[in-house]
Amino acid sequence: MLKVTIDNIPVEVEDGTTILNAARKIGGNVVPPAMCYYSKLKGSGGKCRTCLVRVAQSSAKDPRPMPKLVASCSTPVQDGMVVQNLTSPEVIEARKGIVEFLLLNHPLDCPVCDQAGECDLQDLSFGYGMEETATEEERREYPVIDIGENIKLHMNRCILCYRCVYVADQLTDQRLHGVLYRGDVSEISTFIQNSVTNEFSGNVIDVCPVGALTDKTFRFKSRVWFLKPMNAHRECGKCSGKVAAWMFGSEIYRITGRKDQYGELETFICNECRFEKKESTDWVMEGPRHIKRQSVISSNHYEEMKEQSIIHPIEGTMEKKE
Amino acid sequence: MENSTIINHPQFKREGKILAFSSDILKKVHSLISRYPDGQQKSALLPVLHIAQEELGGFLSVDIMDYVASLLGIQPIEVYEVATFYSMFYLDKMGKYVIEVCRTGPCAISGGEQILAYLQEVLEVKTGETTPDGIFTLKEVECLGSCGTGPVMQINTEYYEKLTPGKIDKLLEDLREYASKDKTDDSTWVEKFC
Amino acid sequence: MGGKILLANIEIPGIRDFDVYRAHGGYSAVERALREMTASQVSTEVTRSGLRGRGGAGFPTGLKWSFLDRKTEKPRYLVCNADESEPGTFKDRYLMHHLPHLLLEGIIISSYALGVKTSYIYIRGEFKYLVGILEKAIKEACQHGFLGDRILGTDFSLNIYVHPGAGAYICGEETALLESLEGKRGNPRIKPPFPAFKGLYGCPTVVNNVETLATVGPIISMGGEAYAKIGRGKSTGTKLISACGNINNPGVYEIEMGLPAEDFIYSPEYCGGIPNDKYLKAVIPGGSSVPILPADLILNTAKGEKRLMSYESMADGEFESGTMLGSGGFIVYDEDACIVRNTWNLTRFYRHESCGQCSPCREGTGWMEKVLSRIEHGLGKMSDIDLLVHVAKNIEGNTICPLGDAAAWPVASAIRHFRHEFEEHVLHPAEVLEKESRVVKNRRFTIFEGSLK
Ligand SMILES: Cc1cc2nc3c(=O)[nH]c(=O)nc-3n(C[C@H](O)[C@H](O)[C@H](O)COP(=O)(O)O)c2cc1C
Ligand code: SF4
Ligand code: SF4
Ligand code: FES
Ligand code: FES
Repeated sequence: MLKVTIDNIPVEVEDGTTILNAARKIGGNVVPPAMCYYSKLKGSGGKCRTCLVRVAQSSAKDPRPMPKLVASCSTPVQDGMVVQNLTSPEVIEARKGIVEFLLLNHPLDCPVCDQAGECDLQDLSFGYGMEETATEEERREYPVIDIGENIKLHMNRCILCYRCVYVADQLTDQRLHGVLYRGDVSEISTFIQNSVTNEFSGNVIDVCPVGALTDKTFRFKSRVWFLKPMNAHRECGKCSGKVAAWMFGSEIYRITGRKDQYGELETFICNECRFEKKESTDWVMEGPRHIKRQSVISSNHYEEMKEQSIIHPIEGTMEKKE
Repeated sequence: MENSTIINHPQFKREGKILAFSSDILKKVHSLISRYPDGQQKSALLPVLHIAQEELGGFLSVDIMDYVASLLGIQPIEVYEVATFYSMFYLDKMGKYVIEVCRTGPCAISGGEQILAYLQEVLEVKTGETTPDGIFTLKEVECLGSCGTGPVMQINTEYYEKLTPGKIDKLLEDLREYASKDKTDDSTWVEKFC
Repeated sequence: MGGKILLANIEIPGIRDFDVYRAHGGYSAVERALREMTASQVSTEVTRSGLRGRGGAGFPTGLKWSFLDRKTEKPRYLVCNADESEPGTFKDRYLMHHLPHLLLEGIIISSYALGVKTSYIYIRGEFKYLVGILEKAIKEACQHGFLGDRILGTDFSLNIYVHPGAGAYICGEETALLESLEGKRGNPRIKPPFPAFKGLYGCPTVVNNVETLATVGPIISMGGEAYAKIGRGKSTGTKLISACGNINNPGVYEIEMGLPAEDFIYSPEYCGGIPNDKYLKAVIPGGSSVPILPADLILNTAKGEKRLMSYESMADGEFESGTMLGSGGFIVYDEDACIVRNTWNLTRFYRHESCGQCSPCREGTGWMEKVLSRIEHGLGKMSDIDLLVHVAKNIEGNTICPLGDAAAWPVASAIRHFRHEFEEHVLHPAEVLEKESRVVKNRRFTIFEGSLK
């Protein structure tokens, strides 16, 4: 076991653990935000750079700090490592910069976006006081397209986290979509008219940290925070059948996988459960879900950050979300 | 050195014609694939795409990319991802001669911008366009690694350096003549690989 | 100054061919290494020579080789980085064009030292004509028993293959290069793991620049210690410098490390000064990615010492008043050059070449390009200049690979040293545009027009 300290809190983890996962072991506000890393997807992480932290001491053997901020999701810990997340003004500054970059080409369409209220980018931008982007540059624009019968792609909103690509690679037998072109014109696409129809393809919707991939079977579009998520299950031959059913009254508006506090699915679910079972009689209801989303706002640490005048929390946002 | 176990011989049709490498070229492709370890035939993707673009019509259409994918035993999307990443692969029909003018810093200070403007003028096209006779496509590229002899351009990967309007006039004239004889003055990728 | 090491025989007619090369002492270093030395003795000589990577970073080659994981059973690879796409750099092309066998010799000796059986030369696709030259040289070396099975009758076997890229500067970054060699998009890998442990096909791999590898032969011939005596301090030996821009004699020069920059610029042996009696305005000495320096700082450091062509002297003053030797792409600007236009041009390059994988570089390069284009075309605001500094700062150090830094430094340094020119563009756009003789009328400058999509 290796000993690490993150924002002055010590923790012991196994060899090979990343800084991010060590922080998740501690929990709460020391956990850096992660927009591209997904623990259940091999190879994910390293791309969005929101999880940057400062390594103040590399290891017990080598007490020097690392010269640059590092991506906590893809940097393994070493024994005696000392890490700063929120305790480093440099990290906060850099992260604000990253949020600014992510918002640069992100449309200001939160009011009409399916993901509003459960969007990692929205949380992050509130948390870092960037809810209004300063940029006057024109944003990239792409048409909204269907990728498959039940999935819509709003490329404008995509932050190119590559998660959906890993899902297709690792969960389905054939990947039909991918990242095309390069630089700031890269895009997620199937390139040719191609319908993504694999049994597990619907999971791309749940792994998408923003509202770029959405569920076309989501009924009577509604702000997510008006809906009540319920744990529900059914006998399913293809997946665990354990889902979250988003209800309004007794009606199911949509089905998603069950997400944990870091926005990650507990298990991936199949398309039949997700897209075809919309009657409450299809499901055995277990009860309401009480998982707090991990976001800077939800962490009760933000008072401290406010003192550093970094965070402008929007009061009550979290209540709305539950 | 053929490694035919991993290769099938798919046939794709375009406009009724069968779209595939000739058996000579296929042999070359096999030998290129055998340069990489077993199971790593995807490594041959870039060289094979170069050959495909050159031999099968000057650009990578979807059916050509699908053909290459099946040749290498990979998924078509893997080829699309790669073909759209690299600037030497064309996804649309190009002129017989693709003129690519370097526009990067060092060339720009030695007159590259004027050369580009001159070409736009004499060919009567903008960057990215093809002349109506289908002979020339004008493009801009980034540094060609020939900055000491700028301004530089490349015509179907042949370098032309220290350009002046006079040189360009002569060159275009020659190329028009070549084009009418259906020749290029450039040797092919297949010939390059021993 | 000093004898030439790499280019000593370059004038000999036909030196590109095996027979001529061999007749002038070629491949004797291979014979010496394979017949008289053990693999570790070869490595030791390279370490002793103090040779540092010529691809840009200047990392000690011997040290890099020592990291190679020798414990696993997996094959090891040596990959020669011939992607040369850094604006201002054209030395590797020159070397391969004239002396392909010098490179092969270096690869053979290095592979012997590293226990490598297969080596790839990753060459940028635009250098198609060089593919033929290299392939021919490889064939010749095979025919004469310097490549293939049991080289010179020893147990050592090696195959070298040429692998063309297809137009992507980022594939010069070593992990992007490996991805590209595996037939993928040129997305740099997230490190760790480093190539020395997990490189090509997940196997231990060393990536070295063309010039670095070409130097290995001469080091074995003359001995590491003798090589280390050439040059200055930790910048040992000679370096190829490709000089371009507003100079009388553009071209590739082999200089001894430590040559004063002033001599390099003005000596008739090298650049031969600035044409038309113009004044020197600025220099980018190490390829477009390194900070630009105004004339006074390229000639003398801030401390008032002579600026020398060496890793240390170029870096003297760090980012405040220094730069880097980089890849040796020496770009000279005379008094007429417009720094704003040049900076915009280079930023457009980085925007075009960003792989788009990580958000600071993907979004930041595009943002800087848009702002600079605005300023250059007379539509800028004063606040745009600070915005550029802000964006550059947020990119720097926060990306997956150094392309982010490479995009940020030219902008940050240009504003640091030539802020008044940016202000001038904002305050008097019409006059500036008028003055700029290089602006071609009626030409639209857009970045992706026809080039990528
Ligand atoms: C964006 C970028 C482009 C690069 N381009 C090249 C290149 O064209 N040629 C090269 O030799 N090294 C290039 N490098 C440096 C390589 O990553 C690597 O450090 C080098 O090949 C190592 O060889 P060396 O130790 O012999 O210098 C580049 C690095 C970056 C970050
Ligand atoms: S569509 Fe969503 S999951 Fe896919 S890359 Fe974009 S943001 Fe990530
Ligand atoms: S810094 Fe730029 S080139 Fe490098 S990985 Fe990130 S996006 Fe790609
Ligand atoms: S979560 Fe670590 S870089 Fe995106
Ligand atoms: S800038 Fe044109 S070849 Fe380098």
